[in-house]
Amino acid sequence: MRYALVSALALILSVAQAWGFETEAERHFGPEGAPQIRVLATTDIAFFAPVAEAFLAENPGLGIQYLQASSQSVSQAVDAEGAAFDLVISTAMDLQMKLANDGFAGALPPDIVQRLPGWARWRDRLVSIALEPVVLLIAEAALNGQPPPRSRRDLIALLRDHPETFAGRIGTYDPRISGAGYLFLTQDARMSDSIWRLAEVMGRLDARLYCCSGEVIAGLISGDLVVGYNVLGSYAAANLPEGSGVLVVPMEDFTITLQRTALIPVNAPDPEGGAALLRFILSDAGQDIQAQVTGGSVMRPESFASQPWLMPIRLDPGLLSTLDSMTRDRFLAEWTAALDQP
Amino acid sequence: MRAPSLRRRLVGQLIVLSAGLAIALYVAVRLGAERASEATLDGILGAATSTIAEELRSVEGGAELDLSPGTFSMLAAMGEERIFHRIDINGLPVTGYADLPLPPRAPTALQPVFYDAEYRDADLRLVAVARSLMIENRAAPVLVIVGQTREGQRAIALGLANRAAALGLAVFLFAIPFSLLSARTLLRPIGRLAEAVGRRGGHDLRPVRHPAPAELAPLVDQLNAFIARLRQTLAQTETFIAEAAHHIRTPLATLRSEAEMALRQAGDEPTRTRLRGMIRATEESARSANQLLDHATVLFRADQKAQDRVDLGAMARALADRFRPTADLKDMEIRLSLPEERLETSGDAVLIEAALRNLIDNALKYSPADSTVEISLVDDLGYARIEVTDRGRGLGGETQAALAQRFRRGPNVGGVVGSGLGLTIVSETATAMGGRFALAEREEGGTCATLWFPRSR
Repeated sequence: MRYALVSALALILSVAQAWGFETEAERHFGPEGAPQIRVLATTDIAFFAPVAEAFLAENPGLGIQYLQASSQSVSQAVDAEGAAFDLVISTAMDLQMKLANDGFAGALPPDIVQRLPGWARWRDRLVSIALEPVVLLIAEAALNGQPPPRSRRDLIALLRDHPETFAGRIGTYDPRISGAGYLFLTQDARMSDSIWRLAEVMGRLDARLYCCSGEVIAGLISGDLVVGYNVLGSYAAANLPEGSGVLVVPMEDFTITLQRTALIPVNAPDPEGGAALLRFILSDAGQDIQAQVTGGSVMRPESFASQPWLMPIRLDPGLLSTLDSMTRDRFLAEWTAALDQP
Repeated sequence: MRAPSLRRRLVGQLIVLSAGLAIALYVAVRLGAERASEATLDGILGAATSTIAEELRSVEGGAELDLSPGTFSMLAAMGEERIFHRIDINGLPVTGYADLPLPPRAPTALQPVFYDAEYRDADLRLVAVARSLMIENRAAPVLVIVGQTREGQRAIALGLANRAAALGLAVFLFAIPFSLLSARTLLRPIGRLAEAVGRRGGHDLRPVRHPAPAELAPLVDQLNAFIARLRQTLAQTETFIAEAAHHIRTPLATLRSEAEMALRQAGDEPTRTRLRGMIRATEESARSANQLLDHATVLFRADQKAQDRVDLGAMARALADRFRPTADLKDMEIRLSLPEERLETSGDAVLIEAALRNLIDNALKYSPADSTVEISLVDDLGYARIEVTDRGRGLGGETQAALAQRFRRGPNVGGVVGSGLGLTIVSETATAMGGRFALAEREEGGTCATLWFPRSR
């Protein structure tokens, strides 16, 4: 008994040591000893679990090893470490595009690629599995009965007019450590210059910077924060409890819409397994499960017509330009300068 | 060894020609499409790279760059290409892919360098652009390299070339039946001419008047010249035979009458016996000369195709009368059996008479003394049938076809002299008149010779 416990502990330690990159969580689905499909993703395990369970219900002989990591770690794992995974899912479209551009993504089966519209895939290497609007979260209490801001201009005016309410209580991504945060900011900057004025205002109000959407949402729930800027809509919908008093506001000047993308690395030990799981995620059943979990963040092109402010981030090598180290340094320097008011 | 078929040669050449055209089309379209799209894409790549180079600005402590996503999107737009870039300042990589291959020669400020290289399992088209930047009051050389894959371009060029190849293949496939058809059309006059020549009778030596294309005219002319020579040669031969027979016949007749007179005057028996033998030999020689003359006549006249109306009954009667003295010598009887009506055929009276004469002569010659030769004429389903039957020695086992050959005689001719030409004359006459000749042995002994001539209306 004791021996078994020790060996189990050793196994856990050895698994933990096997990764040369930072992981956030890990979980196995399916029966012990079944062949494993190894998934590396930025998605919270809680979001992925229903999909994994539905997939395994259809494929009883299989198991899934799921590893959650930050988008930077995911990219680094595939790129620098050459870690062996069968499916890599990330919200950082630019990093995923770089992996595909640099030749780390293998060719996907034609039946998966051909079903998707042109905007939801890049060549046969990278496919979009979900559309996720990036939203503003604001506590109802902070509005004092006023209507919520509908655009960045409204938001800037609101923050400027009520510094006493918002000082120290604004949360957003730190683009220096979060790949997704950097992507959202560069896309904001590409759309409009208002982001620089917003950065100045948030800097004056001592905005707090976070690594992930989850922490911003937690801050709003606890009441530490009253505004969350550039938060993944799906996380907000899933994590905000009923009656929390936090509003999810899509910005009507433009709402950056992220494509959650998936690729199968060239060195995948079981690319067939990865493709099978990807096929399930893209199927109607898989999309419905995602919709239930995340509140509608699925691949429904109709939503672009009904909500014209949704601006999908184009899945093409244009994303690579902001990853250029000089461009990134200049952008972050400018953003830091705008945020850090003397 | 036969010379290769004209049709095969023609078809082969047409097919080789169209296959060559199809291949040329494929190569030309493929090279053309690739070159045109390469030039266009090089232009875009060069312009984009120059733009990136211009976006480099010098700032305190170094350089600053703001790569525009639009530039990259544009470079990737066609066929979703992969993009790699690298920027060197003072010869050291400062951003992008530090291991991206360098150009084979250094670009100048005005002249970008385009080159191909393999990088990360991809065939890249790269361009290097040079400029210089003031960094810390010194001019620093800057090298901007951008590379893109050209898979989309290659796919499009290949698609175009494949379409051209399909077109070429279609032309090629069309060429096969087309060339077969045209070969047949071209060669048809030759076949027609051959058919026209082949349809002629064995003795038809008229010149060929069949219409022939200009290309065949020399062949037809040569053929006609050949026929003319052949005709002349044949005519000379036949004239020679006829002349020879005629020249022999006259002295033979003199010889015979002289011998008969000598026989009448001769007293002693041995001399008389010798003279009789001489007379018989002379007779046979005259008969042979006659037959040679008849045969030459048949050959000559068959070509003339004379169309006299011949009353066969009258002719049979006249011949029977003429042979009666000969028959009387052997105590033989010639019995005629003629119908009431006139049976006529149209043809050459001289030939028909020669045929009948030969048959009656044969019957008399090969029959024993004191026997009967019957000549009958009946109407037989539109034909006039003449039968000459005897009680002679039959055919001796030989077939009719064999006996109808020139100079061929049966094995049972015994001491009877003959040339072997008689049945040949009969047979050739029957054929020339559109009739038929049959020769059969009778069960009760003897021969039955039958001639059919078409009845004229």
